[in-house]
Formats: sequence, structure tokens, C-alpha cells
Amino acid sequence: MTTTEDIAIHDIDGLIDRMAAGLRSLLAERRIDDPVMIGIHSGGVWVAERLHRELGLSQPLGSLDITFYRDDFSRIGLHPQVKPSSLPFAIDDRHIILVDDVLNTGRTVRAALNEIFDFGRPASVVLAVLVDRDGRELPVEAQVTGCFLDLGPDREIKLRGPAPLSLDIVERGGEGGA
Amino acid sequence: MNTTGIVSRMPLPGPLPSSMQLNEQGRLRHLLTIEGLPRALITEILDTAESFAAMNEQAVKKVPLLRGKTVVNLFFEASTRTRTTFELAAKRLSADVLNINISTSATVKGESLLDTLRNIEAMYVDMFVVRHEASGAAHFIARHVAPHIAVLNAGDGRHAHPTQALLDMFTIRRHKGDFTKLRVAIVGDILHSRVARSQIHALNILNTGEVRVIAPKSLLPACVETLGVHVFHDIREGLKDVDVVIMLRLQRERMEAGLLPSEHEFFQLYGLTEERLALATPDCIVMHPGPANRGVEIDSRVADGPHSVILEQVSYGIAVRMAVMGMIMGGASGGGANA
Repeated sequence: MTTTEDIAIHDIDGLIDRMAAGLRSLLAERRIDDPVMIGIHSGGVWVAERLHRELGLSQPLGSLDITFYRDDFSRIGLHPQVKPSSLPFAIDDRHIILVDDVLNTGRTVRAALNEIFDFGRPASVVLAVLVDRDGRELPVEAQVTGCFLDLGPDREIKLRGPAPLSLDIVERGGEGGA
Repeated sequence: MNTTGIVSRMPLPGPLPSSMQLNEQGRLRHLLTIEGLPRALITEILDTAESFAAMNEQAVKKVPLLRGKTVVNLFFEASTRTRTTFELAAKRLSADVLNINISTSATVKGESLLDTLRNIEAMYVDMFVVRHEASGAAHFIARHVAPHIAVLNAGDGRHAHPTQALLDMFTIRRHKGDFTKLRVAIVGDILHSRVARSQIHALNILNTGEVRVIAPKSLLPACVETLGVHVFHDIREGLKDVDVVIMLRLQRERMEAGLLPSEHEFFQLYGLTEERLALATPDCIVMHPGPANRGVEIDSRVADGPHSVILEQVSYGIAVRMAVMGMIMGGASGGGANA
């Protein structure tokens, strides 16, 4: 069975081009000329690396590992592969493009915003995601998306990478996604 | 392990500290000793500590990980550095911290210790950080606390000081990377040092190329070679080509026991001077768990010199203790209740 979903998720380059175009027009509309970009580990960083190159941003790319800010620490504990967050620029008064691979419940973005605000007070934050899907549990929306998928409660989508990037839709197993 | 104080009063045998500090999933439940920790787990602690060390760049140096948890620093023995770094670590994880200093008078023995524990347990706390002059004290407490409480050994007698050894491994890894090619020398009062024991275990678990101990016979435990070290009595021989020099504090109270003629003579024979340090590799690092006795085990010019990483050790101590606390609290509740 071939659906529009299949076509969209097999054209990652197309999705990233669409995100880049969306970001360009959003930045122009808001008159932001020197934004900084931050990817969320791990998938968000892979997508951000591509966007960062396509937009030709001058500041180095930042990365966030939100493990210490997750709301399910007391249930699942520390992720054993936690990576240091790296924001190689001052956050205060900067316009930030926050990038993640999949926007699902919104909890990851909530945690990422909390962490960003522990580094400083940004002027603004826009959210750009490769895949926006159903399943929101918090009032979080992306300003720029590669595509929207209605997957229902029983299916998950995963980005594999870093090179080449590919999206897989899988039946939800025992592991809960965030 | 010595058998003074509370240890002689507790029922033996029981589960070893090395077995009871991991839960069924192999995650940290308590941290009592380095002995028996799998290499992968030590590496995971050091990797997690890297992430906490990176937090120093944050304007708000605090994460919400242990929000709502209460950590009790239970110190039966004086300590400034260890207690304050544990306290800061817990606070930077957003835990509430209670400091309880209990003087180790002769009346503080087995039963009154248990009474103390029961009373603090009744205050709904989550973790005990324990420092005690008796070897085995943290293990004893871990065996008797309520099941939801985690115990972290902050130094017990001559036995172990696991977080000190972990922060030392973190410091070495930051400077030197791969342990397998390293020569590490531990110098001074090995006999009384829980730090040295924990370091030796950690270095061997991490497959360190060569671990040396340098000390007079009177300050070495019997059969120290069985721990997997090369023994040197001459500091000049022992320091030759080492990459890491770890000095230990000479515990002055030992002088009275007749183990050493005088501080002056100890410095003459085993003190770390610039001239002796020149025998080590040119980019060697000098470590000391503190507090350092300048002019007794280490010359001020070395303690403050370019090879010294003594103050870095203190900073890294916070990150490493945050990692251990985070992993224990996550693992402990993760294995238990289904929230």
C-alpha cells in the first residue's frame, strides 16, 4: 500500500528543503537577520546540521541533550548515553531556531525550553521540526514543519542517521516515546 | 578491612558491598565501594559526569532532576571538601539537603547508630551520604536502612572512598584519555588511605597500564601486591616515566603510633619536589585528594605548579557526585514503583 505518507517520508531532502524555505520566509517576515540554531539530541541535531548548512548561518550550531530536564526521570531514570549540551554562543537577546526531528507529545520541547532558559533569556524561539505528528499532550506547536502525519496511537516514527537520514514508521512496541 | 567500632558488633556474614550496590538490572542502587563495579558502569558514570561538568556554562547551574528528593549528609567524621561538594552536587540537582554532623564519641556504637538512622528515615528522606571513621560503616547502614533509601559512601575508615576515586579517574581521563597506556604512581601513606584503595581498584578495573605505589614499608598494608600494584620504596625509582602522580595526605596522627620518625624525615624521603617530579614524563599531572600538608608530602612549588591539577579535582568532584546521585536516584525509583 502506497500512501502520501510514504512518499513524504522517503524524500528527506525534499522535507529539509521545505523547512529551509519555511524558515527563510519566517525570518524575513520577522526581520531576524542573525539567528542561532540549536538541535535537540540526537535526531534534531542531524536535521539541524542540514538546515544550518542550507541557511548558511554564521554562528556555530548548538546542541541540547534534555535528559536532565525530562519529566519522566523518576520513572525511567537517567539515559545512559547522555551527551553534554553545547551552546557555543550567548543566549541572551538572541533569536533562536530550535530544531527537532519529530514533534509528538510536546514534552521534549518543554524540557528543551526549560534548559535554554537556564542558559539565558532569548529574544525569541521558533520551533522547526521535520515531522509534526498527532499525539500532543502540551500546548506546543511548530512554526516550521517538513510534513504532518496522522499516525494514531499505535504507530511511531523514528529518524535514523546521521548519514544518510531515513524515516521509519514502526508499530509501537514496549518502549514509550517522548 | 579492620574490625573496630560498629563493624565488630554487626552480624556477619552478609551480602558483600560489591553485590548489594547493584540492583537486579545491574544499575547502581547504592555506592559503597569501587571493588566489583563493572568497567562499563564506571565509564557510564564518567560519561554522565561530562554532561554535568558542561553545566558550568549555564547561567543557572541547576537542573530539576532530584526536585522533591531529600539528601542527608550524615557525617560522623570531620570533612569540609567532601561534604561541601556533596552538598553542592545535591543542590545543583535541585534536591533538598540536610547536613547532620554526629561526633564519634565512644557512645556512638551499633545500636545508637541504628536509632539515629530510624529517626532520620522517619523524616521521609531519599538518600544518605555517609562518612564514618569505621571501615564498613556505609555497608552496615545500607544493610539496615529502609528499602527506598540509597546509601552513598563518602569515606569509611581505611576501606573505601569511591566518589573520590571516581573523580580522580575523571580528572585522569580528561587529561590523558586512554588508561591502558598510562603509568600511575600513588605516593605516601597507603596503609591508612581509603582513597588509595579505591583508586587502585578503579585504575585496575579501567585496565591502567601500570599502577605503582611508593611508600615506606611501615605505611604499606600487608600483601599490597595482591591488589595489582608494583611496590617501590625509593621515590626516585618509582616516579621514573610516570604519567600521573597521586600524592596522599600524610595523616599526622599516625606519627604518634611510631610508624614514622618525623614529618621532616618523611619529606626528605617521600616528599614530592620539583626535582623529583622531573623524573616523571614531561607532561605528567600531579593530583592530591586534599587537604594537602605543604612541606610534608608535597612542596608548595609543586602543589601550585604547572603540573598540578589539584583544584580541578575539586571542581570535577561536584560533577562526578551529581552523576552518581542522578544515576542512583533514577535507577532506584525506576526499578521499583510503576508510577
